[in-house]
Amino acid sequence: MSPPLVYFDNNATTCVAPEVRDAMMPFFQELWGNPSSMHFFGGQVARHVEAAREKLAALIHADPAEIIFTSCGSESDNMAIYGAAETLGPSAKIITSRVEHPAVLGPCRHFREHGYKVIELPVDGVGQLDLAALREAVYGGPCLVSVMWANNETGVIFPMEEIARIVKSAGGILHTDAVQTVGKVPIDVRKLPVDMLALSGHKLHAPKGIGALYVRRGTRLKTYLIGGHQEHGRRGGTENVPYIVGLGVAAELAGAHMDEENTRVAKLRDRLEQGLLHGCPDTRVNGDIRNRLPNTSNMSFEFIEGESILEDLSDFGICASSGSACASGSLEPSHVLRAMGVPFTAVHGSIRFSLSRYNTDADVDCLLEHMPQVVARLRAMSPFVPMARTP
Amino acid sequence: MWDYTEKVLDHFRHPRNVGRIEHPDGTGTVGSLACGDSLTLTFKLDADGRIADVKFQTFGCASAIASSSALTELIKGKTLAEAEKISNKHIADYLGGLPEQKMHCSVMGREALEVAIHNYRTGETMVKELEENIVCTCFGVSENEILRVIRENGLSSVDQVTNFCKAGGGCGGCRDKIEALVAQVKSERAALKTTAPEAPRKLTHIQKIRLIEEIIDREIRPALQKDQGDVELVDVEGDRVVIAFRGMCAGCQVSEFTRRDFIQAKLRECVAPEVVVVEEGKA
Repeated sequence: MSPPLVYFDNNATTCVAPEVRDAMMPFFQELWGNPSSMHFFGGQVARHVEAAREKLAALIHADPAEIIFTSCGSESDNMAIYGAAETLGPSAKIITSRVEHPAVLGPCRHFREHGYKVIELPVDGVGQLDLAALREAVYGGPCLVSVMWANNETGVIFPMEEIARIVKSAGGILHTDAVQTVGKVPIDVRKLPVDMLALSGHKLHAPKGIGALYVRRGTRLKTYLIGGHQEHGRRGGTENVPYIVGLGVAAELAGAHMDEENTRVAKLRDRLEQGLLHGCPDTRVNGDIRNRLPNTSNMSFEFIEGESILEDLSDFGICASSGSACASGSLEPSHVLRAMGVPFTAVHGSIRFSLSRYNTDADVDCLLEHMPQVVARLRAMSPFVPMARTP
Repeated sequence: MWDYTEKVLDHFRHPRNVGRIEHPDGTGTVGSLACGDSLTLTFKLDADGRIADVKFQTFGCASAIASSSALTELIKGKTLAEAEKISNKHIADYLGGLPEQKMHCSVMGREALEVAIHNYRTGETMVKELEENIVCTCFGVSENEILRVIRENGLSSVDQVTNFCKAGGGCGGCRDKIEALVAQVKSERAALKTTAPEAPRKLTHIQKIRLIEEIIDREIRPALQKDQGDVELVDVEGDRVVIAFRGMCAGCQVSEFTRRDFIQAKLRECVAPEVVVVEEGKA
């Protein structure tokens, strides 16, 4: 029999909240009309889409008209970068960071191939953005800046207020990939002059297949998905009604649980981290621990490799992820940790634990019970453990 | 999540022969921390020159550990001459197969053995990088190593080469060179194939059937399929080759010409001048 699930991989995806699932069901069963229809049957559905838009807007203090529903976080990022870059034209600079998600790095590099100047800003040893490099990069002509709010691998939060100030003072357009941030820390776009903000449903207990892009009123954005009047002509395609409704409920729940996320979940994470640091020698934490998401811990276990750690943890029902080359399915280890200058030893042995409000003390106990023996077993096989430490 | 076989998981969870032999006869280390995996192999020989004891230490993923463990089991009790014949394919087969992206783990095992045997014979620690033409500087893979994995495993693309020995998986700057090496081996293979029919008389019956099938597949069928036709090999009796037409060829008015002037001519050219091609049920 397989052991009960102990899930510490919430930055990859989260479980669908039961309230979200229940709210979605009627839109598969009886309320399946097209919200664009003129008849009563479809028309009633449109009201639910708009209610969801209001709930999501409320979570980030936006105007509902500034929310465009998309299919996922990657689409939101693509739409923002494509739409703004096309509007600005190839004389514009695109500025991003070296630690972005592929959904941002990919489109930026695409535009580099099409003649745009693309600057990838470096980060320091704890993963913080080089603001001096940003200040230098934004001057001299129109620019689009796309930097993430919080990093998916380390949880490091960039100083978005400072970044916005720098970009706006130079007249640039600012997009932020906030896929990991929304629902975990409070966001208020009234106070923070970002032009666009991408988010994803399945990172905050809505299902996979729904995302959104916040676009500040007045931002010029070339349409990415052409051919429909939906979303005020900014994204064609019939609305994914059940999932939009689900995202609305998930946003409402995230708002209600925001304090818990930042107190109970943060405490659980800290207990997990401290417990592993004490229970496993030669272990370190990666990233800026003072400016970090409350749910994320990225740790390196020296001399051993991440995929084998995950494989061993699986036997106990424990799920996490790794920045090692093997775990990624490519041959390159985490570009985020490498950009931070984390040594290869530590990158290959890196494990990300990411929690959610559904984690319990028992989950952390389970990990703290098994992790030391996993680390010891793999180290007993490793050629890199210094001779003095081998028994 | 990788789809590992039960045998891989067994060797990962219960690795055989872990450790390091004190005063070994041979030691070999390959891989590095930068590459993400590393294997140190030590062995000791008995009075008859057989591998009496062998141990490994591995830094790497589950399949790297399982490949190392499998290697030690495969070579224990063998002479060095026998052990040298172990290829990465033997290691992968022993484990019931590895995911293609993980084949480089089995190559690492074979390389460590090679280095350890070299160390026993010469006392040297082999440093390939200095001796050979390095193609992939990210992972330090030489031209000879790349050619070897292509030949031993019948690889036909750059991506496959990357899966088997990592070359080309870093910056990608050497992918053109790897492509040229793949093409080189391909033309070697093609040259072998075209020279094969030069000695038709030495063919055994089974070899002859295989060659006929190959010629049909490569030279004949594609031409027939262009016209929605097809041909099937029914039997080979001495020099008599029985075929059956399919698709548009069956019942085609010019199938007699196809049989004699195309199929029979081709087989006489490539297999043996005595070949007679007959259609099933018509001879």
